[in-house]
Amino acid sequence: MTDHFVEDKTNKVNVKLEGMAEKVNFNDLKTGGFIKQRQKDMFTVRLRCPGGRLSTDKLVEISKIAHKYSKKSVVHFSFRQSLEILYVDYKEFGNIVAELEKIGQKVASCGPRVRVPTACGGCEYNPNGLTDTQKMADMVDKKFFGTPTPHKFKTSFSGCPIDCARTKEMDLGFQGVVEPVWDEPSCTGCTICAEACKEDAIVSDPDTGKPIFDPKKCIFCGDCIRACPTEAWKAKRYGHIVRVGGKHGRHPVEAIEVCAFLPDEKVPDAIQKSIEWYNANGKRGERIATVLKRVGVRSYLDHMAPVFGAVAPAFAETTDKQGV
Amino acid sequence: MSDAKPVIKADATLDLRGVMCPINFVKTKLKIEAMETGQVLELLLDSGEPVQNVPKSVKEEGHKILEVKKEDGHFRLMVKKGC
Repeated sequence: MTDHFVEDKTNKVNVKLEGMAEKVNFNDLKTGGFIKQRQKDMFTVRLRCPGGRLSTDKLVEISKIAHKYSKKSVVHFSFRQSLEILYVDYKEFGNIVAELEKIGQKVASCGPRVRVPTACGGCEYNPNGLTDTQKMADMVDKKFFGTPTPHKFKTSFSGCPIDCARTKEMDLGFQGVVEPVWDEPSCTGCTICAEACKEDAIVSDPDTGKPIFDPKKCIFCGDCIRACPTEAWKAKRYGHIVRVGGKHGRHPVEAIEVCAFLPDEKVPDAIQKSIEWYNANGKRGERIATVLKRVGVRSYLDHMAPVFGAVAPAFAETTDKQGV
Repeated sequence: MSDAKPVIKADATLDLRGVMCPINFVKTKLKIEAMETGQVLELLLDSGEPVQNVPKSVKEEGHKILEVKKEDGHFRLMVKKGC
């Protein structure tokens, strides 16, 4: 990625893009999604593609613009799913932004603020998907993108415990889960659920073949529900596992689980309140992982109680084990 | 498993023991496509990945799994073709 570039420490957020051809503060540019390249006068223009999803109509238009402005005719898919147009001359910023705006394509942002959310395909078309991650990413982009924070603030949405969107490495991550419930009369004792369960949370009774379920081992992936031929395993509830304080980079930190089965409609509150806590407690340049370490997870959980309250208890044990 | 279940008769059989994912599912799909709605296909699937994946894919395609029997190291399934 491009983070070797000097961070903007001056808190100037919005860069004027019109008529800026002559005087340009290169530090300011990064906040507007323009990233300086090694090559003289050359910048990468990072587009805003929440969840990495684009309509083909838009993609066609973007490719025309990229073809016109990239001096080397190349684009790059960023690690956070957004399309980057490489080798753009900074003197063309006004023009390229105007052209992108015309097709409804916004430029992303870097620096100390809420970044473009990433997401897997989610339940719309991925058979493993349990939550509509794309819908959530779109919501976060509309509601929170660009909100100033002490340092960068990355969010992501995974639709299932395979966690392709790496919620464990996010400042705030949401991973889809489903709680299975078993209906004995519909069960034929075929043992497929025990075969399908990769976590050994279901074993078959040696006599009847019926499942013996261990919720402590269950990671709530829903494989049993999907494998069951007679619908004896059903979904009781869907939701998100919420993880906070993860990061990658030079010193990766694994996020801690702070909530299970948070329903879709509570996700905006969870983000809102997390940003509140982060802004109130974080020093400039500190990721939320560092703040949690310095101030303590308990302080965060207390602040989050109105949102997590009813859904958190299952994880109090886990967080205590993690040395809160 | 109930005692007095009528014996399900298969219209065709596909032995997929030793066939890997996702080839086993593709073969199942092709076989079912050549059958009539309501006909029953008998499937033999290895334990492990094949039985974890093929039945749920078959279900997602709209077919019904009528019966599953665990045998030595593999499963025997009866699948009724849906619409």
